[in-house]
Amino acid sequence: MARRSRLHIPQHHSRPGEEPDFSYLETSPAGAVPRPDVNARVRDIGSLSIDLVRVLDDSHVAVGPWNPHLEVPDLQIGLRHMLLTRIFDERMQRAQRQGKTSFYMRCLGEEAVSVAQGMALRPKDMLFPAYRNQGLYVVRGRPLVDLMCQLLSNTRDMCKGRQLPVMYHWAEGRIFSISGNLTTQFPQAVGWAMAAAIKGEDDIAVSWIGEGSSAEADFHHAMLFASVYMAPVILNIVNNQWAISTFQGFAGGEQRSFAARGPGYGMAGIRVDGNDFLAVHAVTQWAAERARTGAGPTLIEHVTYRGAAHSTSDDPARYRPKDDYEKWPLGDPVLRLKNHLIALGEWSEERHQALAQELEVHVTESWKEAVQYGTLTDGPRLNRDLMFQDVFKEMPEQLRKQREQLRAEQGV
Amino acid sequence: MPQMNMIQALNSAMDIMLARDPNVVMLGEDIGYFGGVFRVTDGLQRKYGEHRVLDTPIAEGAIVGAAIGMGVNGLRPVAEVQFADYIYPACDQIFSELARLRYRSAGDFWAPVTIRTPCGGGIRGGQTHSQSPEGIFTHVCGIKVVMPSTPYDAKGLLIASIEDDDPVVFFEPKRLYNGPFDGDVNKPAVPWSTHPKGEVPDGYYTVPIGKAEIVRKGSAVTMVAYGTMIYVCEAAARALGIDAEIIDVRSMVPLDTDTICTSVKKTGRCLIAHEATRFSGFGAELSATIQEECFWDLEAPIGRVAGWDTPYPHAFEWEYFPGPLRVAAALQAVMEAA
Ligand SMILES: Cc1ncc(C[n+]2csc(CCOP(=O)(O)OP(=O)(O)O)c2C)c(N)n1
Repeated sequence: MARRSRLHIPQHHSRPGEEPDFSYLETSPAGAVPRPDVNARVRDIGSLSIDLVRVLDDSHVAVGPWNPHLEVPDLQIGLRHMLLTRIFDERMQRAQRQGKTSFYMRCLGEEAVSVAQGMALRPKDMLFPAYRNQGLYVVRGRPLVDLMCQLLSNTRDMCKGRQLPVMYHWAEGRIFSISGNLTTQFPQAVGWAMAAAIKGEDDIAVSWIGEGSSAEADFHHAMLFASVYMAPVILNIVNNQWAISTFQGFAGGEQRSFAARGPGYGMAGIRVDGNDFLAVHAVTQWAAERARTGAGPTLIEHVTYRGAAHSTSDDPARYRPKDDYEKWPLGDPVLRLKNHLIALGEWSEERHQALAQELEVHVTESWKEAVQYGTLTDGPRLNRDLMFQDVFKEMPEQLRKQREQLRAEQGV
Repeated sequence: MPQMNMIQALNSAMDIMLARDPNVVMLGEDIGYFGGVFRVTDGLQRKYGEHRVLDTPIAEGAIVGAAIGMGVNGLRPVAEVQFADYIYPACDQIFSELARLRYRSAGDFWAPVTIRTPCGGGIRGGQTHSQSPEGIFTHVCGIKVVMPSTPYDAKGLLIASIEDDDPVVFFEPKRLYNGPFDGDVNKPAVPWSTHPKGEVPDGYYTVPIGKAEIVRKGSAVTMVAYGTMIYVCEAAARALGIDAEIIDVRSMVPLDTDTICTSVKKTGRCLIAHEATRFSGFGAELSATIQEECFWDLEAPIGRVAGWDTPYPHAFEWEYFPGPLRVAAALQAVMEAA
């Protein structure tokens, strides 16, 4: 009973054992995309969501109208933050392999997104990240020890042992609690921004999801509310080409860019080279000013590549060529900013080596401190009574009883 | 007979149904080319094609909504929700639509959808990879709710679910995928290859939905459980040396009240165990039903042992999980009462 199906199935470009093929990727030359006024009408800037905003050209020079003209010290800080993020990731990946923690997720190849954006925003802007935005914590200055303690679920864990590793939060630093349920943060960020507008304040909200997560209904809810109320929000889709094993075509990227959904909902959409620190910084500044001045929300699509496995539970060799990342046409964000600084005469291989070494030491020292507060396998351990707190503001009788029952069960 | 773990048994059920019925299709996140994050659908797309084993966008509401449409148009969809913790975006489609379609259209429209989803804790998954939300689904009229505890039952019940013209939410206790687990993490893992219930016929067979199974005969007390808790109950009864009759509910909706109540009337005592939170959990329904049917035969109040009424905390996995200690204490209490 063989049937001939007429259903279209998105086709991967290259599979394990095949040559990486990125011919599907449409790019624009650096400097080629015009930079409109921040309060331009959505209908006049549709092409921003289809072209690719790029600033760094092949000879590492910053060109065109989107060049943010950052000061050299800022560029060096950006490089430092990205490199620290990467070294931290590598060390935490190893810690997971050694059984010190249960799980980890790296952002290899995507460092520019969180770092450049974090730097382009104001400290009071509220961030609603996904799980691959650790660079935001680096930019806002949360000590690595604190992040490590969360990863270790130890006695200094900010989540008191309740969350899977990497699901950080930081109220003081204005970074919202990460959810394991994809895309839920998107409408929440819009609501936060609506509240800021209702209160007459000029803080904005910024949120991130992966392109795979843009399939969830919450993405569409967020887009609708953001555009209806012209909420002061920046909504980011980090298109790293992969959602676990499925490539971006399965999220709807085969026919049109993700950024183009912005104009579809009546809001600005920008497609940016997510591995170009300067371009990411520039479009974020543009979108932040647009939001802050009441000209409306922006959807930004960052075109980048997930260089690492989805998580420590994943094996990408099963679904993509081993050398896919090396062949990614938009390169490595750390290397590109480094080369730009070298081209400016403001950096060198020696300084880079020295910086890497300094950051390695910093990560190692932080780790040594963090494990003193316990690991998954070694004490000290969190007090188990904490399990029953914060379900409600006041602990109800039923939970008190259960807490007593657990104490009895454990003989304490 | 071949030995299979639960992953292989489930895979075999789907393989058989894809081969037997050209209307059977599968859809879900990462289930096709990759074969699923737990590898339950491994090889099925290669064998039956991209048009029958579909990778989908990450949108559980759309997966179930589309499955309903496919079902109405003559297909027999098997949808996977990657973790039970991620089923909530699909709940409007499940509760308001899938469960009521037959009723509201007076039988003119219906959709034979099976929704498979891994549930339960014990894999260090934290609060969003450990939940047991089966009770919520039992509270909605119009969907069958099933959870196997062995590879044999997993295969037979999944085939029965796919063939069923009513919608079924099929929970897979993921801690049992590779072997039975009695709640003691310090013991070495036992693979299904050494367990009698790991013997699974290669071919087609069904285990009927709506039938509980007595997994251990006994006379002192009836322990009613499902999924991972079956093995925890066995371990607790063994540790205390109590001659417990242990019943695997297997199907929560419809519920085999007869098998359960016949046993309780015989033993006069009952302990109910599940991993899900206690308050308004499925144990409450079991307890009420047993009390109504068996009141005059009960020698002690019915006991319930369950997960605490908190989210599943990453760092306290084994303090949260209702393991052999907690079950044994509850069992002791039921034995000593009155
Ligand atoms: C509601 C929901 N469905 C499914 C999952 C399981 N899941 C976790 S991450 C992921 C892939 C997400 O991909 P993408 O949004 O592209 O982000 P990336 O991991 O590439 O950064 C999936 C399917 C989940 N966490 N939540």
